[in-house]
Amino acid sequence: MDFKFTQEQERFRKEVRDFLEGEIEKGIFETRANGWVTEENEAFVHHLAERGWLGMTWPQEYGGQGRSYLDRLILTEEMMHYGAPGGGFLVGDRQIGPSIMAHGTEEQRDFFLPRIVRGETSFAIGISEPQAGSDVGALETRAVEEGDSFVISGQKVWTSNASRSDFIYLIARTNFAPEVSRYRSISEFIVDLKTPGITINPLMDMAGHGHWCEVFFDDVQVPGTTLIGKKDMGFYQIMSQLDYERAGVERLMGNYPLLRGIIDYTKETKRDGVPLCKQPRIRYMLSDLMIKFEVGKLLVYRVAWLLNQKEKPTLTRDTCIAKVYGNRFEQELDNAAMNIAGLHGQLDSGSKCAILDGAITRAYLFSPAHSIQGGTSEILMNIIADRGLGLPRK
Amino acid sequence: MDLGLSEEQEMLRTSARDFLQKECPKQLVKQLDESDEGYSPELWRKMAELGWMGLVLPEEYGGSGGSFLDLVVLLEEMGYNILPGPFFSTVVLGGLSILAAGNEEQKKRLLPEVANGSLLLTLALTESDAQFNASSVKTDAIPSNEGWLVSGTKLFVTDAHVAQYIICPAQTSEGISLFLVDADSPGISRTLLKTLAGDKQCEVVLDKVKVPRQNLLGEGGQGWDYIENVFSKMVIAKCGEMIGGAQRVFEMAADYAKERKQFGRPIGSFQAIQHYCANMAIDVEGARLITYQAAWLLSEGLPCTMETSVAKAWVGEAYHRITMLAAQIHGSIGLTVDHDFPLYYKRAKIAELFFGSPDFHREIVAHMAGL
Repeated sequence: MDFKFTQEQERFRKEVRDFLEGEIEKGIFETRANGWVTEENEAFVHHLAERGWLGMTWPQEYGGQGRSYLDRLILTEEMMHYGAPGGGFLVGDRQIGPSIMAHGTEEQRDFFLPRIVRGETSFAIGISEPQAGSDVGALETRAVEEGDSFVISGQKVWTSNASRSDFIYLIARTNFAPEVSRYRSISEFIVDLKTPGITINPLMDMAGHGHWCEVFFDDVQVPGTTLIGKKDMGFYQIMSQLDYERAGVERLMGNYPLLRGIIDYTKETKRDGVPLCKQPRIRYMLSDLMIKFEVGKLLVYRVAWLLNQKEKPTLTRDTCIAKVYGNRFEQELDNAAMNIAGLHGQLDSGSKCAILDGAITRAYLFSPAHSIQGGTSEILMNIIADRGLGLPRK
Repeated sequence: MDLGLSEEQEMLRTSARDFLQKECPKQLVKQLDESDEGYSPELWRKMAELGWMGLVLPEEYGGSGGSFLDLVVLLEEMGYNILPGPFFSTVVLGGLSILAAGNEEQKKRLLPEVANGSLLLTLALTESDAQFNASSVKTDAIPSNEGWLVSGTKLFVTDAHVAQYIICPAQTSEGISLFLVDADSPGISRTLLKTLAGDKQCEVVLDKVKVPRQNLLGEGGQGWDYIENVFSKMVIAKCGEMIGGAQRVFEMAADYAKERKQFGRPIGSFQAIQHYCANMAIDVEGARLITYQAAWLLSEGLPCTMETSVAKAWVGEAYHRITMLAAQIHGSIGLTVDHDFPLYYKRAKIAELFFGSPDFHREIVAHMAGL
């Protein structure tokens, strides 16, 4: 056993920190809790790409650096530390690239992977539909094969960043035979979002972000080369992609700037001459959050470590554990920050008397989303019970 | 970073699990809980033959020089199976304290006997206020012709009724010193307490108990520093037992959920029960990782006050949650004396409170974080 990072990894962490502090100093981005979902920033992405930090775990033949998942963990951990933007570029690095490497053709790899690595291409993920939320197998979007192409019709929803992404990674029904299982009739495609027939409509969430989108497909004709992997096997292919989607430290540290912010606030703010952090109840809440954060970090580290191992039998279970735990932590932090700050916490950025630049109020409004996006906590707990523990289905 | 155990540690785990399953069935556990001795000398001898008491002691003192992490793996199995008796008191409280505080003569005199199983020890850490801090030590030691006279009352001293020596922190003019007190000395009375879990804890009253000069452990006045140096290990050793117990409780509940049928189907097929089990899995994994992290840091001799308190605060509450969910899954059958569950339920709560409650450790975390 060894719980520490190597000296080389610590040097890399320092390098990432220096870079991020420089970016903030230069005004490239501003620290934002949950910025990895809600903020997208091309200049920042290009700076990441220049350093070779997109696709860093991929083999060199695809433009990657063949680095370990622990290096990627360090990079994302520091990005979360500084509340850096992410969006559709992070998605490409996190899960689209690995998916194309696992299931794509040589042509697809040659086309997409270098573009992701250079920070030129961003992705939205088209899984959810109005009638297919947790029940992905119920999706109704159709991709009908016609000669060398497919014609896609239907609707996706909650598609993060679709309005500002280049491509959508999409699953759709491709087999309509009644005797075929609904799970063995779904295929994966990567479709250019500029293709005629696609309409994108951003939905505003209550925190004021328009990153969720509706995406309508109105007889959209796409070439057969947009199909990823085996036709009709998309459901199974995407399940392994979801391990990557759920695995990361962003599920624990998405709102990390808030933890640091509220701790500093209680040290600096005095009531009757005594710092807030000396109040027993606030001490209790903050130390409890710190303890839970440390446990969450290890659950995430374990997944990153596991991704580097040859055998990873518990990967799906462990990613679900990390995400459920991390999401709970984020929600507890949002609520605790609100309770500690009291009425000042409600003030938004730009308001008179706002504290922490309105971060608390925005985080609180985003809070319920944590345990819904990327697989609800209930579905993830089902997976832990079913695939992790072997509990019976009926 | 390497979050897996070594092959040797996995072997230690497997052999300890097999041994305890065979040699310490639950029937024996229940007998021992009800007995006054609380341990089986025959089982103790077999454990000594396996080298368990000397596992973490250096070879020069008759041990096998294993790491603290090795010891935590072993303790995890003791928690998994439940092993009543003075192993924790003798090895963790006694052995590690002597290793940290004793001079060369004392280590050479005492530790080989710990390693071969012929010496039972304990540490009298708490007094009437049951707090784990220096200001709670009211027992005092007055110099006399042949050494010292120690007087005071120690409370919640585990296995003092069978220990040959009790290590007693006591106030002296130099500050707190550690005294190795012969448990059969005149002036000592040991009273077995009636505890929730049936584990053996005593009140130890010392009335001008003579302690010879050579039984002052290490330097006078350094006693609480020695304790603080070992305290993290005591805490994490306890966490080791707890994660083993938590794992077993979790397995019992998940297995039962697969077998037990209601409404014509296994209750484990109901989502409510599945989510209970998933929540237990999350807690078990978190508890294990946070314990191993501290155990590894301690093995490497790295600073770990913060990580120790994080672990103890979290593991204690996680184990409590796990036992409550397991009780709910089992229903009433799990609450009967014939079932194994109560043995774990009781120990979980006591372990949560021993060596600092979650609140005690949260305060340390708050302090370390500069709050």
